[in-house]
Amino acid sequence: MVEKTMNKISIQNYSLTYSDQTESLRHINLDIPANQITVIFGPAGGGKSSLLRTLNRLNDLADVKHQEGTVLVDGVDILDPAIDVIQLRRKVGMVFARPVVLPLTIRENLVYGLEVAGEKNKDHLTRAVESSLQKAAIWDEVKDRLDDPAIALSGGQQQRLCLARVLALEPEVILLDEPTSGLDPISTGKVEESLQDLKQEYTIILVPHSVQQAARTADKAAFLLQGDLIEVAPGEIMFTNPQDQRTQDYIQGRFG
Amino acid sequence: MKLLNRQQKQRIGKSILTLMTFFTVIPIVVTVIYILILGLPAINLEFITAFPREGMREGGILPAIIGTFYLTLGTAFFAVPLGIGSAIYLSEYAPNNKATQLIRIAIINLAGIPSVVYGLFGLGLFVLFLQFGTSILAGSLTLSIMTLPVIISTAEEAIRAVPQAFRTVSISLGATKWQTIRRIVLPQALPGILTGVILGLERAAGETAPILFTVAAFFLPRLPNSPLDATMALPYHLFVISTQVPGMPIKIQYGTALVLLVFVLGMNLVATTIRSRARARRQW
Repeated sequence: MVEKTMNKISIQNYSLTYSDQTESLRHINLDIPANQITVIFGPAGGGKSSLLRTLNRLNDLADVKHQEGTVLVDGVDILDPAIDVIQLRRKVGMVFARPVVLPLTIRENLVYGLEVAGEKNKDHLTRAVESSLQKAAIWDEVKDRLDDPAIALSGGQQQRLCLARVLALEPEVILLDEPTSGLDPISTGKVEESLQDLKQEYTIILVPHSVQQAARTADKAAFLLQGDLIEVAPGEIMFTNPQDQRTQDYIQGRFG
Repeated sequence: MKLLNRQQKQRIGKSILTLMTFFTVIPIVVTVIYILILGLPAINLEFITAFPREGMREGGILPAIIGTFYLTLGTAFFAVPLGIGSAIYLSEYAPNNKATQLIRIAIINLAGIPSVVYGLFGLGLFVLFLQFGTSILAGSLTLSIMTLPVIISTAEEAIRAVPQAFRTVSISLGATKWQTIRRIVLPQALPGILTGVILGLERAAGETAPILFTVAAFFLPRLPNSPLDATMALPYHLFVISTQVPGMPIKIQYGTALVLLVFVLGMNLVATTIRSRARARRQW
C-alpha cells in the first residue's frame, strides 16, 4: 500500500539574490509534506534562513535584488504581489534563532498577533493564551505571572514563549530558524519534544542548529549548500545512507 | 639620550587633558554662581508675580515669564507633531534615495542657520506676508522652524535605536508596518523622543533674535489673551533692561537672568530624569 502524503508547500524552481550578494538560492525544488517535520540543513551561508523567510514573505523586509520561480502554499503562489501577506504570515508562523520577546508582558506577547488582526473577544484571547502556552509546554511555568514582563523569563522559557506566540495565531505551518541555538540541552530537549507533538497538527519546517539535531528530528531532510539544494531524502535515509558525496562529507563532519 | 621616557609622556598627556576639561567647566560654574549671587537678592514673590513698575526699575517680571511660557507652549504645539511625524517618516518609511538624502541634508543645514536669520524670515513670512502681526502665533511658528531640526534628528535617532528584531517579529506575527510602529517602536522610542523635544523647546525658550522680530514687546501693561497678541518674553526683556533702560538696578537684570536660567535648566532636568528613568526600565 502506498501512503500518499499531501504536500502543504511546493517550492518550484525558486531562485533568489539579495542586493548585497550575501546569500542566494539557485533553482530550488522542494516539496514540504503536511504534518511532518522537514529539516533544511547545511553549513552557514547556504541560504537556509533565506528559504525560510521566503515562505512567509519576511524577505519583503530585506533588500531582495531578484527572485523567480513559484512557491505554492496550499496551491496558491505566495510570491504573487497581490496575495494578502498579513493572512499568509498568520498561516505560516516563524520562530527565530534568538528568542525575541516583544517589550511587553507575557500575556501581551501571546495575544499580540491576534490583537493586530483585530481580535477583541476577551474569552477567545484568554483561551488562546492558555492553549498556546500548553502546546509549547510552558503553561505550568508562567501561568501565575502572565502579567510580568516577558523579558524576565529565562532564555529557554523565552524561546518556548516565542513558539507559543506563533501557536496562538493558529497557524498551519511553523517555520523554526535554529530555535535552540541559544539554549541548554535540557531546554533544547523540551523544544524538540514539543515539535514531535506539534507535527500532529502542524506542518513544521526546521533549520536545525546541528547535524545531530537534524538527524534526531527529521521526517524529511534537505541538504542546502551555498545556495544549491544538493539532496532531499527521508530523514532515516539522509543521515544513514546519503547519496551525494558532499552530503556524506558534511554529515560526517569533514567540512562545515 | 631621550629627554622623557614613555611613561612620563603618558603622565604629562593625561594631565594636560584633565586640565583642559577642567577649564571648560570653569566658565559654566562661574556663570551660574555669578548669576546666583547677583540675582538671588531680587527673587521674591513679587518679582515673579507682579508687573514691572517705575519704568521696569521695580516690581516683577510676570508678563515676561508668562510670555516665555506661552511661546514655549506654542512652539511645542507646532514643532512636536511635525517633528515627530517627520522623524517617523524618515526612519521607517523614507526610501533610501537621492530625494531622502536631500531632505536629510536640508534638515541638518536648517540647524546651522543663525537664529537672527530665522527672525528675519519669520518677520517676512508670518508677521508681514501672512499678516499675523507681531504676535505669539508668529513667534511660535518662527521658533518652531528653528526647533524642528533638533526634534527631528533626536527623535529619528531614538526611533532607530529600537532593535530591528522587534520590528521583524512584529511583522512576522502579521502586524502591519503602522501597527508595528504604533504598538512597539513608538512606545520604546518615546523617552528618547521626549528628551529631544524638551532639549529643542529649551533652546526655543532661551532664544532672543527670532522673537525680537516677530513677537516681543518692549513693555506691555497687560497679559496677552490671544495668540494674535504680542507679548513680553524673558530673553528679550533681559536684553531690554540691560541695554535700553538707564538706571536699571543690577539685581533686577540678574534676577531676570536667573529666572530664565531656572526655566531652561528645569526643562533640562526633566529631560535628564526621563532619560535615566527610561534607561533603567529598558528591556533591551
